[in-house]
Amino acid sequence: MTPKSAPPRAAAREAAFPPDVADIPPVLDEVELVQLLTPEGERVPHPVYDRYLADVDDETLRSLYRDLVLVRRVDVEATALQRQGELGIWASLLGQEAAQVGSGRALLPQDYAFPTYREHGVAWCRGVDPLALLGLFRGATNGGWDPREHGFHLYTIVIGSQTLHATGYAMGIAMDGAVGDADGAATIAYFGDGASSQGDVNEAFVWAAVYNAPVVFFCQNNQWAISEPLERQTRIPLYQRARGFGFPGVRVDGNDVLATLAVTRKALTDARTGQGPTLVEAFTYRMGAHTTSDDPTRYRLSSDLEAWKLKDPIERVKAHLARGGHADAEFFASVDADADVLAARVRTGCLEMPDPGPLEIFEAVYADPTVQISQQRQGFSTYLDGFAEESA
Amino acid sequence: MELREFKLPDLGEGLTEGEILGWLVAEGDTITLNQPIVEVETAKAAVEVPSPYAGRVVKLHHDAGSTVDVGSPIITVDTAPGDAPGDGMVPDADAPPVPSPSPADLVPTLPDTQEVGAGLIGGAAPGGRTAVLVGYGPRTTTAVRRARKQSAPAAPEAPAVARGKALAKPPVRKLARDLGIDLTSIAGSGEGGTVTRADVQAARTPAAQGVPRSGDVRVPIRGVRKLTAQNMVASAFTAPHVTEFLTCDVTATSELVGRLRTLPEFADVKVTPLLLVAKALLVACRRHPELNASWDEAAQEIVLHGAVNLGIAAATPRGLLVPNVKDAGSLGLPGLAAALTALTQTAREGRTAPADMAGGTITITNVGVFGVDTGTPILNPGEAAILCVGVIRPTPWVVDGQIVVRDVTTLGLSFDHRLVDGQLGSQFLADIGAMLSDPARLLAWS
Repeated sequence: MTPKSAPPRAAAREAAFPPDVADIPPVLDEVELVQLLTPEGERVPHPVYDRYLADVDDETLRSLYRDLVLVRRVDVEATALQRQGELGIWASLLGQEAAQVGSGRALLPQDYAFPTYREHGVAWCRGVDPLALLGLFRGATNGGWDPREHGFHLYTIVIGSQTLHATGYAMGIAMDGAVGDADGAATIAYFGDGASSQGDVNEAFVWAAVYNAPVVFFCQNNQWAISEPLERQTRIPLYQRARGFGFPGVRVDGNDVLATLAVTRKALTDARTGQGPTLVEAFTYRMGAHTTSDDPTRYRLSSDLEAWKLKDPIERVKAHLARGGHADAEFFASVDADADVLAARVRTGCLEMPDPGPLEIFEAVYADPTVQISQQRQGFSTYLDGFAEESA
Repeated sequence: MELREFKLPDLGEGLTEGEILGWLVAEGDTITLNQPIVEVETAKAAVEVPSPYAGRVVKLHHDAGSTVDVGSPIITVDTAPGDAPGDGMVPDADAPPVPSPSPADLVPTLPDTQEVGAGLIGGAAPGGRTAVLVGYGPRTTTAVRRARKQSAPAAPEAPAVARGKALAKPPVRKLARDLGIDLTSIAGSGEGGTVTRADVQAARTPAAQGVPRSGDVRVPIRGVRKLTAQNMVASAFTAPHVTEFLTCDVTATSELVGRLRTLPEFADVKVTPLLLVAKALLVACRRHPELNASWDEAAQEIVLHGAVNLGIAAATPRGLLVPNVKDAGSLGLPGLAAALTALTQTAREGRTAPADMAGGTITITNVGVFGVDTGTPILNPGEAAILCVGVIRPTPWVVDGQIVVRDVTTLGLSFDHRLVDGQLGSQFLADIGAMLSDPARLLAWS
């Protein structure tokens, strides 16, 4: 740094003693949050997004509620199975059900989703059997489902890289000409507040913006990147970052399944019709641990948790259904019963899941088998046969 | 009767052991599938473990406080109680050991048909209840930790050593004295328990390292003790400590405490001299913010904290803990009193959450509760100062040339000389003393 550009004394002092994050003056705009269903279950009108819910009748509302409950129940059962030594690890979605079901239900069959490792609710909406997810966490498979069959990519453990995959895939859709019509297709990339700091994510934003790719960046801001709070990722609301890259950003109440459904539908519709990418920030909270290997009591206050409990994504739908007369006690009981049956099926299926055969690792290395792989497979097979003779 | 053992699973990724913090069920209890049974702390997390079986608890294999290897059985559950004669009796802990089941045995028996089996969801459970999962299912890991039960160290198995005056002949006594051996620590083998020359020689034999001397008890270093040791060593050998003392007349403070106790604002909280010491410290921090600071070696910066997170050293069943009151400076006196009451209450019950202990910026240690005058406290790591409060005693004191009886205490302040100089530290301590001697200053400087 040349002396000319050296900061004045006051700035140097400021650098040595940075102000508290809370002291930072308000940014660009007022923070706007799209909410259509209050935590108390009251439906509030919205000038832009109401039209995206025109087809949501009582039946749809009840099915959304059912999805939320079933998804949570599977998650709770999987957490228990990990504690009992049946899964190596589990990443709980507790608290994020509405963000996932709302956005998952906004997808059309021709769309393609790129998840992280926590999108169990989106997987559910895309028709992936929960047992297939558990297979991955049990170590019984390296994948678990056919991504093309479900329009739902394999879980991605590397933080944020799937945003590039989604952008590349979306650019492919555009190059195929499958965009711009009513039946156009789009991709959606899931990631978290922690991933927003990754280079990959920012690169994906640039590519998506300049190529006008039909991709929706769906950020579930659950406030925590393992033990790092949101203040360590950004000094402005995450959705406002989109402006710098040149596409719209919107913050939606991620615990509001209706708002999430509407906002994601608009973003996907825009993408499919050639309007380019949108960043959706679903503002939510990770109610559980990062994964079963994590202990959040070591780094966060229980008072925060208590405050978010009042914003539970399922309770508000239940309140709305019950108070509006859209569902009766019998319905709620039947959903709970369905959830228990599903949980029992998941448990049984997990415990009975066969271990993978040792030769399976050769099957999915290349689309077409190569000579080398075939030779390795043959050699390993012969080696395994040797044990069979010994034990015979 | 169908016995199932549950082995401690790897609760994190690649862990080899866990410590049993506490059992949530007892032998003889009837439990449901996924009912939390035990709290286990690993290197990564303290978690509640749900039961993979429904049935009756036959045996808990380890006591709270013990460290258990992953893969070793922790609980045996009878998944079909009532099937065998004699069932219903309290299980015999001395019963022959249950054969270790093969890994496949860990899988709960599942019915071949679609019919829901006993103990499974919707099926019959012991005690005539139906095993249902209430609401959305079993509890997930909560953000609450239970009090850790401290197990008393095992009584030494060595023969009881007679205390008091030991029996020995004078030459043996001299030998023991020359060798620096305490005769009372030796179990005598002579007639009537007399300590012989051979006993003294045997006691002298240099004990191989790790071999306990008679009567020694070896307590494993772990948990809070281990953490305390690490923190104290890190603090003592990183921050150059200076400790200063001030003895002052706090009669006015004692009177003020008595007056505050009668006010309705303080009806529900404890008002103690410590409350006013804390308030004085907070006011002094405002006057001298450099004391509410940290030395950041890595960044080569001194961090002046915006808020005072006031730590209170507390002797608890778990050991020494220093929970802190967040942003104590923002609290009014009743609020501060309530916060201190809650904090000590929580600590005493052993329910202090880790978050309550994180982020402290300055600490008070109240050794006065033990009747001690003062001490040279060691800084809570990362903090610049710690105030030690001694006992308040009626003491002869000179007032206007006359000796009168006054309430007097000694304050001790240790500070980190890297960032606090003697002058600053002295002013800080003198200010606190002045406010306690004359609470009007507390008001004037607030």
